[in-house]
Amino acid sequence: MGSDSNNFISEYTSGEYKYGFHTEIDTEFAPIGLTEETIRYISARKNEPEFMLGYRLKAYRHWLTLKMPTWAHLEIPPIDFQDIIYYAAPKRKPELSSLDEVDPELLETFNKLGISLDEQKKLAGVAVDAVVDSVSVKTTFSETLSKYGIIFCSFSEAVQKHPDLVKQYMGSVVPYTDNFFAALNSAVFSDGSFCYIPKDVRCPIELSTYFRINAANTGQFERTLIVADEGAYVSYMEGCTAPQRDENQLHAAVVEIVALKDAEVKYSTVQNWYPGDKEGRGGIFNFVTKRGICKGSNAKISWTQVETGSAITWKYPSCILLGDNSVGEFYSVAVTNNHQQADTGSKMLHVGRNTRSTIISKGISAGKSNNSYRGLVRISKNAVNSRNYSQCDSLLLGDKCGAHTFPYIQTENKSSIVEHEATTSKISEDQLFYCQQRGIDTENAVGLIVNGYAKEVLKKLPMEFAVEAQKLLSISLEGSVG
Amino acid sequence: MLLKITNLHASIKGKEILKGIDLEVNKGEIHAIMGPNGTGKSTLASVIAGKDEFEVTEGEILYNAKNLMTLSVEERAREGIFLGFQYPVEIPGVSMTNFMRTAVNEIRKYRGLDPLSAGEFLKMMEEKKKLVEITSNLTNRSVNEGFSGGEKKRNEIFQMAMLEPTLAILDETDSGLDIDALRVVANGVNKLRTPENAFVVITHYQRLLEYIIPDFVHVLFEGRIVKSGGKELALELEEKGYDWIKQQH
Repeated sequence: MGSDSNNFISEYTSGEYKYGFHTEIDTEFAPIGLTEETIRYISARKNEPEFMLGYRLKAYRHWLTLKMPTWAHLEIPPIDFQDIIYYAAPKRKPELSSLDEVDPELLETFNKLGISLDEQKKLAGVAVDAVVDSVSVKTTFSETLSKYGIIFCSFSEAVQKHPDLVKQYMGSVVPYTDNFFAALNSAVFSDGSFCYIPKDVRCPIELSTYFRINAANTGQFERTLIVADEGAYVSYMEGCTAPQRDENQLHAAVVEIVALKDAEVKYSTVQNWYPGDKEGRGGIFNFVTKRGICKGSNAKISWTQVETGSAITWKYPSCILLGDNSVGEFYSVAVTNNHQQADTGSKMLHVGRNTRSTIISKGISAGKSNNSYRGLVRISKNAVNSRNYSQCDSLLLGDKCGAHTFPYIQTENKSSIVEHEATTSKISEDQLFYCQQRGIDTENAVGLIVNGYAKEVLKKLPMEFAVEAQKLLSISLEGSVG
Repeated sequence: MLLKITNLHASIKGKEILKGIDLEVNKGEIHAIMGPNGTGKSTLASVIAGKDEFEVTEGEILYNAKNLMTLSVEERAREGIFLGFQYPVEIPGVSMTNFMRTAVNEIRKYRGLDPLSAGEFLKMMEEKKKLVEITSNLTNRSVNEGFSGGEKKRNEIFQMAMLEPTLAILDETDSGLDIDALRVVANGVNKLRTPENAFVVITHYQRLLEYIIPDFVHVLFEGRIVKSGGKELALELEEKGYDWIKQQH
């Protein structure tokens, strides 16, 4: 009996964004705006080797030639890229050897978020890398993991300690030339997580990164790189929150996954950035590029996302299925309420033979929000006997919201099969009445029905994430019916 | 008195369906409401349960001396009113177990009781399944999703057993049932019957009343109860047909 929806609403009756606090942490900033100087500042602050600075500068120069993409079904107010602080770091002692040395205010922040970085997490068997504003503040469990040869650390640490791996794989899946936001991220990214699972190692615990934007006027540009060597397995979770602020804040992340022969990577996200208030003031602009490559045969990459936050979401976790028999999966629940906008989906690029992909997308729109699914399935000439199944369902709550589906399908061979199904539905009065007649109030009924609707996706999440995600769905939709 | 309906008028989209219903139900009683199609039987059930597409224009419904009109649908349910639906709706992805656990605990909360633990709840569910002779694994499935007509009706009886209502209204629960399913439904009612609760069984046919013996039979016609009597009235109706009623009015 997985869920306990009874408690959701009583626990969250306020319906306000629960993570909207901000903490007074002593922070150091880069000068506002973006120039080559900013990039040199960031690189110097992080004591980076020459190749990193070179990469950043190339990305920056390329970015200068690009314009913001306008093809998404989004209304994006103009963003002044010179009015953003690109680097903010909680001040701290240079080396942390135990939790006692972490800024107590910071620990308080994590307690408020419900994540404790020490023993509790160890008991739960989750290794956590926490990124506040621009830098990684604490990675737990690294020692235990190192026994298996697993590297799990902040991106900065990886640059220092494992420069060869970083050099080999960074930008190999999402090159800085990929798109406007990927170029921006490549120029200014400040930290993030790095993970390497050696050959034939099954990572014994869930790895987890927690992102938090704390400082005002700052953007967050983190980068995650996961490499699963031949026959390796890892399940990776990512969570995020931000304070409640009236102005918009920019988040432009890059996530790259490399799965070699017979490797499997599961990547789960619960995205709960501040969505803005009921009138649409404030909130995070979430422009993220996530892509994985199944490089060897029989590799598998699975994306699961629950998107409830952000004022604007622009995000298409994708798989390049290069190895023969490789598998790509995308399971998504995207909720938009009030004035939120989401344009999200996936790309499945079939290159190898007998490759298979599945896309299950569940959009839920409420209030005056707009929710779009956008997906590309491309089966190239050599990808013979490949298969894709896509299912895109939209659920509408109320009559002022919008749901849109933009599927793109390209097939270059005749032995492959591509299926696309789409439905749009509403929560019916009869369903609500049925629940109410059994003693369940409207809010709880909506929570139940929505969770049932999204079940196919929620059951793909790791257990502890699934509970959080179910709660989030109910909270995000409070007050949207009746 | 458990339920007292006085001069109840109700309409939908301006059209009057109930035109002055009077009905009194005491604890321990079983009432059957019969009548031709389209005379307001289901409307009466929906109005008691509080479905808001119906507008009560006149009269009152007292339940345990409380004015039902001041209570929401879920409050009425928590006060012990159960409606067995004629057409139970499907809720995809929501398991019966989760649905029932939510309902049982909401009702317990309303009554100031602690929620049941997972273990207690599962034990209760097994007991009730046995009581209403449900052997299939319908509790593992999503609410009514892909259920046959018979399974949906059995599921209504199962829910009734779980929620232990004081007043259960069964809206044509017998329609579309084969004889075995009919027996399961009737046995469910007979086993759940106590001196502390009451049943209002709405049916088009006399057939169900061979298994559930009513204390009172009422004939609903054109929005009014036009005839009331004991269980023999059902037999008389069966014999003479509804034309007999129509001719009298």
